[in-house]
Amino acid sequence: MHLPDPSFLLIQCLSGLTFAMFLFLIASGLSLIFGILRVLNFAHGSLYMLGAYLTYFFVSRFVDTPGQFWWAAIFGSLSVALLGGVIERFFLRQLYIREELNQLLFTYALVLLISDFAKIVWGTGQLSVSRPPLLKGAVPILDQYFPEYNIFIILLGPGIALLFWFVLHRTRWGRFIRAAALDREMLGSLGVNVNRLFTVVFTIGAWLAGLGGALVSPTAAIVPGMDVEIIINAFIVVVIGGLGSFWGTLLGSLVLGQVISFGILVLPRLSMVFIYILMAAVLILRPWGLLGKPLQR
Amino acid sequence: MSKENWFLIVIIMLLALLPLSESRFYIFLGTDILIMGLFAVSLNLLLGYTGLVSFGQAAYFGVGAYTCTLLMKKASIAFPLAFIGAAIFGAIIAFIIGFFCIRLTKIYFAMLTLAFSQIIWAIVFKWNSLTGGDNGIIGIPFPQHLDSPTRFYYFTLVIVVCSFYILRKAMDSPFGRMLTTIRENPERTEFIGINVKLFQLFAFMLSGFFAAIAGALFGIFNHSIFPDLLFWPQSAEVLIMAILGGMYSFFGPLVGAAVMLYLRMLVTSYTQYWPLIMGSILALLLFFFPGGIVGFLKSQRIFARGNR
Repeated sequence: MHLPDPSFLLIQCLSGLTFAMFLFLIASGLSLIFGILRVLNFAHGSLYMLGAYLTYFFVSRFVDTPGQFWWAAIFGSLSVALLGGVIERFFLRQLYIREELNQLLFTYALVLLISDFAKIVWGTGQLSVSRPPLLKGAVPILDQYFPEYNIFIILLGPGIALLFWFVLHRTRWGRFIRAAALDREMLGSLGVNVNRLFTVVFTIGAWLAGLGGALVSPTAAIVPGMDVEIIINAFIVVVIGGLGSFWGTLLGSLVLGQVISFGILVLPRLSMVFIYILMAAVLILRPWGLLGKPLQR
Repeated sequence: MSKENWFLIVIIMLLALLPLSESRFYIFLGTDILIMGLFAVSLNLLLGYTGLVSFGQAAYFGVGAYTCTLLMKKASIAFPLAFIGAAIFGAIIAFIIGFFCIRLTKIYFAMLTLAFSQIIWAIVFKWNSLTGGDNGIIGIPFPQHLDSPTRFYYFTLVIVVCSFYILRKAMDSPFGRMLTTIRENPERTEFIGINVKLFQLFAFMLSGFFAAIAGALFGIFNHSIFPDLLFWPQSAEVLIMAILGGMYSFFGPLVGAAVMLYLRMLVTSYTQYWPLIMGSILALLLFFFPGGIVGFLKSQRIFARGNR
């Protein structure tokens, strides 16, 4: 086997990185929600899909607006955030007193409802959103070309991560969120409105999923089934990194992005099996993930 | 004999008389319900009795379907042997998976069962030369002597009734009681000197064994098998059946399977949006009828006393 040329490897690495940034957006919301609410949100992939569909919807509405795509992405992701808030405030909240299984299954019911809702509204065909005009080009890298939009995503990822870190560690709400992850009863007895905090966290998590969907829409076909596909990948990311661990999610995304990107080249047959084996191995050896902490209680 | 046993005998008699209707539709639906009912009850050994939320039950179902079919097609082994082989192989796979899973609890346990079932799904999906990959295996014939829908229905009925009999006996035995004790309080069970992990592992194998039997039956009933049988939404679906019927009663999951399959048959003739209906049913169930159908009936005292 001869060695592939370096530019090809670099491009492959970059596309893995792009995928990792989408994964990070989605998985960080999933991980945040689990860390605070202790709910494993199966519907997270559905919120991501809805983000993509809503961006498509708003793009078609804002035809003559400058910055069409950007406005659509903002409106699309915020609509998803709003939906997330409604779901937590009016439905999920009533199930906290029940067993964990009930919450899990409720989010699965949402998966079913949202997937059919999207089919009814947007049909089963492939939809696409064109890249924003500003980032339509491609950058030469060695002797290959790489889309400018993907470069933007790769740069945006760390930006979101930094923003996230700032909110969690340098703001009042961030302190509450971190405290709620450790001990929600104590936080409540100190006078913080934990119920409202839960709604806020779920809304932020949903917004991240929606944003992931909005930003992925110019790079991938918007189709039914993208929800089920991404949610398993997001699960793998949070399991590898550690459920509820922020840096773990980033690490998990980077690992999975590269494994998928290169695995397809090296061992196309086994790459998928390998990913699940990795997930199982982490769970067996370190159930709380590479960078997570063991669950209290 | 208790009231409930009489009730069961009447049900079995009615099921045995079903083919007299000479309706292909009812025979088809009856076979489907029996198979999925066995699958759901096998899941409930873990879910309802032992308190382990397995999110990878489709793995054993699929392993059963593929093992039975491949043994018959590729190795030309006679159906009865292939059938038994499938069940045993299902138990072996469940032993291997369970060995690792029982070390974890709660959400981590569910995630690991999911990961393992996805490993098996990915293997089946990618091993084109053996399993046909995404295309699956089609044109699986009825086995010899069972070569009509009615005959296969009777075969399924006998297998499923026997399986239920064995499982019911097992659950009413000290072994089954111990599983319930573990569900209620694993730490305390450990303290009184019970090897909790061993009991859980055995429940796993039993569950895998019967799920594989259901899978083997399903492959032949469906005349084809696809990797989708092992994909995670299949695990979710059987979980919903168990919850719908009621996970705290032995026959609850069977009732859930019957209601869901009948509804699906009814709904899909009008609309393709079955998941929308199923999602709504699931949500209503979780908010208003957490005990499932059987749980609800019991609470309304419509059911005779003396039930479990």
